[in-house]
Amino acid sequence: MNYALILQLTVQGILLGGIYGLIAVGLSLIFGVMGVVNFAHGPMIVLGMYITYGIFVLAGLDPYVSCVIASGALFLLGYLIQASIVNRILDFPEAMQVLPLVATGLIIENSVLMAFGPDPRSPRTALALASFNVGPISVDVSRFIAFLLALVMTGAIFIFLKKSDVGKRIRAAADSRVGAALVGIRVNKVNNFSFGLGAATTGAAGALLLPLMATSPHLGHDFTLTAFVVVILGGLGNLPGALAGGLILGVAESLATLFVPATMKQVVSFALLVGIMLVRPQGLFGGRR
Amino acid sequence: MRKTSLLFAIAMAILMVLPAFLDKYLLGIFFMIFFYAYLGQAWNVLTGYTGHISLGHSLYVGMGAYVSTFLAMKYGLSPWIGMWAGGIIAAITGLVIGFLGFRFGLRGVYFVILTIAFAEITRLVVCHVPALGGFAGIFLDFKPSFWNLQFRSNESYYYVGLGFMVASALVVRALEKSRIGKFMIAVREDETAAEALGVNAFKYSMIAIALSAFMSALAGTLYANYIFYISPNTVMGMGLSIELILRPIVGGMGTVLGPIVGSFLLTPLSEISRAYFARGGLEGLHLILYGVLAILVVLFMREGILVYLERFWRRFVRE
Repeated sequence: MNYALILQLTVQGILLGGIYGLIAVGLSLIFGVMGVVNFAHGPMIVLGMYITYGIFVLAGLDPYVSCVIASGALFLLGYLIQASIVNRILDFPEAMQVLPLVATGLIIENSVLMAFGPDPRSPRTALALASFNVGPISVDVSRFIAFLLALVMTGAIFIFLKKSDVGKRIRAAADSRVGAALVGIRVNKVNNFSFGLGAATTGAAGALLLPLMATSPHLGHDFTLTAFVVVILGGLGNLPGALAGGLILGVAESLATLFVPATMKQVVSFALLVGIMLVRPQGLFGGRR
Repeated sequence: MRKTSLLFAIAMAILMVLPAFLDKYLLGIFFMIFFYAYLGQAWNVLTGYTGHISLGHSLYVGMGAYVSTFLAMKYGLSPWIGMWAGGIIAAITGLVIGFLGFRFGLRGVYFVILTIAFAEITRLVVCHVPALGGFAGIFLDFKPSFWNLQFRSNESYYYVGLGFMVASALVVRALEKSRIGKFMIAVREDETAAEALGVNAFKYSMIAIALSAFMSALAGTLYANYIFYISPNTVMGMGLSIELILRPIVGGMGTVLGPIVGSFLLTPLSEISRAYFARGGLEGLHLILYGVLAILVVLFMREGILVYLERFWRRFVRE
């Protein structure tokens, strides 16, 4: 076996895994606080990619700059979705919670399709083809930056939830909606903010992914499923687990290309998903949240 | 009660003579109405009656389409027989998924994700099997005859589709009246309580998923022989899984007439707007409409439209 190749793939996997982690932290946050699974997560990432693309084409802004705009826009969208739809369905039976979010995803996906058309787009950003070498391994600059930024943002979210007032309110609402309401927290507001924050990660991830892969309107399902796999690896609602799960999945998918064609690497991740759900539904990392 | 039977008799009579007045295009739309009503009914058996949510039902549709098509093209086997093979394979697959889900206690969202995962794994694998046409899919040979389930006129498809829809409604109606159906509903309403009263929730969930998968697979065979083209993305993709659950939800889950009412409302809307919008360069708009409609129904008419129709009908009968 070629060790340099394995090392190369592992590094690539870790770098992509950082973004997976960021996406999954958003999904896990939404589940942890509201108890609903955001089936629109993938389409939101695609929307983030297209917003970044649009800004790049129109204003020439680099994706790393418009990352802020994309996450802001998605934050707003998430806030509105929670305020108008999700807050009303929190007490519904599960079947009725799944559908509105699936439908939201459908709306976002097809809005993107109508706005940008079905053809794949990949902008030539400044750093798209740049790379540097570390020993035998070559590292794409854009992948490396994306990894670093994803880690920084994930870290910022952790610190925000741990230290800030709003973060404490979010954690209180996640622990007990009724309890939080009793001590005077406006739970609906907190929910809106949490969904916004979870959605903002998708905007940021979209911006970071754009230099790495061509975007097309129907990528959303794949992203949603990837996020599911990561979150279930780490345990639903477990944020550090989501980050670790992202790194694991990134490496697993990357190494899988040694054995199967690249278009089949998702079979590996889905098989991983099924296995984990059956054996350790609480995730790899210990107990419940 | 008698008036309700009369209503059904009249509706049936109208549907029987209707093709005489329809052109090819409208016959095609009616076929799609029947098709989605049938498919929605199949999904309804599992999710409507036992409450286990499946978002991977395209898996079974795809299996039905691929198995019967493969047998027909390779061995010349009639789809009327091939659809049984597809149905049985799909039912076994359903049982495997059900076993994993129900035995390991994967409820709610976990079960949803399990169904999606299996559908996606199968879709990706089929994409890489050259004998099944890979990504590009299979174009079916056109050999019109009743035995081949292929027809020159849309009128024949109309009657076959109508037959499927009515048969599925009768099956589910019989199920609903039977002990098995009652136990399924008990599982849906409160699984723990049902178990405490001695209902074997696992067994009845397994029966539901097997029947549901079997019925969905027959729809796949029908679809393949109407469209004459199947590919992993169209018959096994998540798009179809989402499409097929909208009608029973809008019409009313866990009822016999819900999927039918839902299909009569949504299918013409989607077929006409699809054709209309695509011409104006607005493909995708009909799916946006769908999404909006689905959200509105969940928010404001959680039990589906059928409840309101029934209430109206009861008031009408009393007068």
